[in-house]
Amino acid sequence: MDLYAEEILDHYKHPRHFGHLDEPTLVYHDRNPLCGDEITLELKIEDGKVVDIAFTGHGCAISRAAASMMSEEIIGKSLDELKGYDKESILDLLGIEVGPVRIKCALLPLKAMKAAVWGLAEEGEE
Amino acid sequence: MIASTSSVALDVQRIRADFPILQREVKGKRLVYLDNAASSQKPIQVLDAMDRYYRETHANVHRGVHTLSEEATTAYEGARAKVSNFIGACCPKEVIWTRNATEAINLVAYSWGRSHLKQGDRVLLTEMEHHANLVPWQILAAEKGVELDFVRVADNGALILDDLPKLLTPKTKLFGFSAASNVLGTLNPVKELTQAAHKVGALVLLDACQAVPHMPFDVQDLDIDFAAFSGHKMLGPTGSGVLWGRREILNAMPPFMGGGDMIREVKLRQSKWNELPWKFEAGTPAIAEAIGLGAAVDYLSSLGMENVYAAEHELVTYAMEQIQDIEGLKILGPRDRRTGLVSFILGNVHPHDIAAALDSLGIAIRAGHHCAQPLHERFGVPATARASFYIYNTRDEVDVLVSGLRKVAEYFSF
Ligand SMILES: Cc1ncc(COP(=O)(O)O)c(C=O)c1O
Repeated sequence: MDLYAEEILDHYKHPRHFGHLDEPTLVYHDRNPLCGDEITLELKIEDGKVVDIAFTGHGCAISRAAASMMSEEIIGKSLDELKGYDKESILDLLGIEVGPVRIKCALLPLKAMKAAVWGLAEEGEE
Repeated sequence: MIASTSSVALDVQRIRADFPILQREVKGKRLVYLDNAASSQKPIQVLDAMDRYYRETHANVHRGVHTLSEEATTAYEGARAKVSNFIGACCPKEVIWTRNATEAINLVAYSWGRSHLKQGDRVLLTEMEHHANLVPWQILAAEKGVELDFVRVADNGALILDDLPKLLTPKTKLFGFSAASNVLGTLNPVKELTQAAHKVGALVLLDACQAVPHMPFDVQDLDIDFAAFSGHKMLGPTGSGVLWGRREILNAMPPFMGGGDMIREVKLRQSKWNELPWKFEAGTPAIAEAIGLGAAVDYLSSLGMENVYAAEHELVTYAMEQIQDIEGLKILGPRDRRTGLVSFILGNVHPHDIAAALDSLGIAIRAGHHCAQPLHERFGVPATARASFYIYNTRDEVDVLVSGLRKVAEYFSF
């Protein structure tokens, strides 16, 4: 079976930065009820820069790999730089074509990161 | 309702020859289509009926006195009579065309619900309902101050009937439930539930989406009051659906939408409604789609619905036997008394990954919550994978599914 690129499968099976931070500066929880994907993103910010990051949650291979790859990518970046990340940045990281149905899975980590950085309130949790 | 036979009841190879789409390849593999509970494929008989209509007799119905309009009207109303027969209705006027089951249920909620329910009345539903039989009632409840109650689902996928006496109160005006669950495959005891509802004077609305395409179905025998189903799940085209209702009840309901065709007499400030069924069919209807559904019903009738049920039952039983040995695979729903679909989870592999992986092998299954989020919440899973069978599926295809699932389990294991 040759479904996902080797790298995606590797990030899915061995996600980087999976877990929790001791003292996160920003925490954001988001979910995609349609697929049942869920992510909690924790960022530690010092001098306007991401010095550490962790995530937990569950989801499909694409959303988990996207979270793992994005985490590696944004360490050391400034908040301003993070604000510049968009859909294309994530798709570039994944390096695969994502169809119209699964694009939401791929973009959930980005959505959580942007919301954390912009300081958005989480919507009322059930 | 169901006669059981042990032999293979359908000539599947002959049936397959009628479905052009089954010849196509997906990702370089022969298509194995196992998403029939979402929508079935169409035989050439249905495609031809619609094509012929457009090529030879298309005109608006009920309006012209010219030949084409008369032919179109005859074909359109003929299709209604076929459906009426197929579901054991007393007469075609109890069969109202809608776009799909969702519209049929909304029609009842908007027309009957708004005119017959008042604050404090209750509507009973079940935890296993498709969003189509949930959300219209939520909207109505918010608008009219109507309360919603729910029959719970047991771990084995059956409705918990012990609660019924408590849930069916004198205030309960309608009991809406599915004949069969689109996720669990559970076949609900329609007659028993209907009798219980009628005892407290509640009407019964049956979501028959997963029953009418798959088994003998008779509205009078079941003694229900409304039934809703979609043509596209039973070999018919999208855009064809049915609300069946008992004529006394339909007669006492106000129109759903206003416009042409649904009126008898129009003045500037008021109008008189047309009689059944046209009272509920405002505007130019989906004529070709109705004719297509009529052809679909002919096709199914020629196979015999007992045979359809028996063949599906045999296939799903075989599939369940085969997949249950796969490590980490858990089947949802009852072991028996079920329809021809099976939903499952596979360890920690997200159903989207299962479906994407199977798709790479040419196998189409459904993954997600199947428009039944509360039911998934009930079982503590965000999503499931579902294989659903129909008249053209074979044991070979089940084998392809099983070997595909084994590959999926291995591919994602860590
Ligand atoms: C049980 C059940 N009810 C309602 C529906 C809604 O059907 P439609 O989308 O055709 O209106 C479906 C199909 O998805 C179903 O399986």
